[in-house]
Amino acid sequence: MLRGTELSYGYASDRGDGRSFSLREVSVDVPRGSLTGLLGPNGCGKTTLLRLLAGILTPRHGSVALNGRPLASLSRREIARHIAVIPQETHPAFDYTVMEMVLMGRHPHLGPLQLEGPADLALAREALSATGTEHLAARAYMTLSGGEKQRVIIASALTQASEVLLLDEPTASLDLGYQLEVATLLTRLNRERSVTMLLATHDLNLAAALCDRLVLMREGRVLAQGPTNDVLTAPMVRQLYGVVADVRYHEGAGHLTVIPVSRER
Amino acid sequence: MSTLDSTVAVGASALTRPVRVRLALAVGGFGALAVATCLLAPLVGSTTISLARVFDRSIPFSENVDAQIFFIARMPRVLAGAVTGATLAAAGVVFQAMLRNPLATPFTLGVSAGASLGAMTAIIFGTAIAVGPLSIVPLASLLGAGLAAAIVYWLATLRDRAMSTTVLLLAGVTLNAFFSALILFLQYLTNFAEVYRAMRWIMGDLDVGSFQPILAVLPLVAIAFAMFALLPSSLNLLSVGSDAAAARGVNVARTQRLAFVSASLATAAAVSLAGPIGFIGIIVPHLVRLLVGVDHRVVLPASALFGAAFLVACDVGSRTILAPLEVPVGVITALLGGPFFLWLLVRKG
Repeated sequence: MLRGTELSYGYASDRGDGRSFSLREVSVDVPRGSLTGLLGPNGCGKTTLLRLLAGILTPRHGSVALNGRPLASLSRREIARHIAVIPQETHPAFDYTVMEMVLMGRHPHLGPLQLEGPADLALAREALSATGTEHLAARAYMTLSGGEKQRVIIASALTQASEVLLLDEPTASLDLGYQLEVATLLTRLNRERSVTMLLATHDLNLAAALCDRLVLMREGRVLAQGPTNDVLTAPMVRQLYGVVADVRYHEGAGHLTVIPVSRER
Repeated sequence: MSTLDSTVAVGASALTRPVRVRLALAVGGFGALAVATCLLAPLVGSTTISLARVFDRSIPFSENVDAQIFFIARMPRVLAGAVTGATLAAAGVVFQAMLRNPLATPFTLGVSAGASLGAMTAIIFGTAIAVGPLSIVPLASLLGAGLAAAIVYWLATLRDRAMSTTVLLLAGVTLNAFFSALILFLQYLTNFAEVYRAMRWIMGDLDVGSFQPILAVLPLVAIAFAMFALLPSSLNLLSVGSDAAAARGVNVARTQRLAFVSASLATAAAVSLAGPIGFIGIIVPHLVRLLVGVDHRVVLPASALFGAAFLVACDVGSRTILAPLEVPVGVITALLGGPFFLWLLVRKG
């Protein structure tokens, strides 16, 4: 579905010798219908990888293909019709209503002078109801709680009607209750609407609970990728974060759990 | 950065109406206000005239004194106010969205300081020169504005194709200060009469004398507004965040360029016509947002229309408050705008 091949990228502040690139020869595969987790320590290049896969950044080397077509051959609008992005936090400079924020998802489907019609409004209402936020439609986005905001941003991405959703630590700023709420919503969208997802996160247990596949990154490279149960092992966690952890199957939760024990010396 | 809690002022129901309904209501309402203001403003003045007589077709124009006063003596000034007000208000909306900063004005990025320096230079060194029917002052101010915009643009795109809003703001503020220093330096070197003329120009003046100067800037204004028409939905997304905009199909670098060039062009044209009349670009968009919400597809056209009405009304004030003396219109807008700006600042917390 979405495949990055030997992607390298360096920011303007990086030295151009290739050694200081934020991302070096990263190849990832996000199969159709999968919910893939992207794990790795701070600064390992997760966000850069997501931005490259979304076409927001252009790789120095390598290429991204969407359904076999190179991203570089598509316009921004075309890409946005297929790929939506959910950032960690969204801070609009003006006080948009929830409905306005959600309707902005229709942007890649409308002409430059075209206003939304009844069909777009229907899609937005459906997205609001799918994320349990219909009652917030007339509220100002800025006045919502963190969890409500994130659900509204997910609704906006649903209104975009894309098959792929790239999420950059969508639950990082949320408390436990909201984390669970957003996690449940994502699983449901993946199962019921077969939205393909790539989810960058620091929360190993969240990844274990949600994701059927994992990509592990360290220092701008891919350490391992594959089915969650194969990849999420104690030696891998140790290699990834330098942390000794207890990884075991939790009967009650029905998935692997990771309990950090100590910092590796 | 937080913003105005506009929903409180308007009530939620008005803001959930479909955008096409809100656009129609806003353009209809503010359009009617602009037309009414432009028709009533020429009636105010030292000689009382009647609107009925002005449009009385039975009297030939050469004998209709009221019509002559209305169209020849007073209308150019009113139209100059309408064009300047509409242009500055719309440019303010575009700069605020592009810089993701509701307190930005058309003059934040140094365009007006550049224009003032240009005008000042022309007033001091080249008053005798005229290009066709036009004085050299507006041309010089246009040139100064263009120079300022070019420097800021060059600095902001030096490191990356996408503009850095931080560099834009800092470069603009610095350039403003630098050009103001040059203006003071020129003033110090010059004799009193020319300094007075320059000061008068900097206060802003809509008394353009004839339709000629308005016609001269109209092509620039038309180009700027044609570019504005392509922007609103991209500005909505850009003000949410540049990554958010890119992920929803906005070509961020191109939109920023279009926004910067069009708003700078509009500001330069307005300033070259009437001088740097301050605060229109911030008061008008904020009042409009209180009434119609923050969607730029409604705010941009509504601000242009309300800006026209607002500046024409301020100019009527400038002609009547101390009549027969005239208070410079820039003083009126600054007297209204200063406290308004502070109120916005405190209100936002």
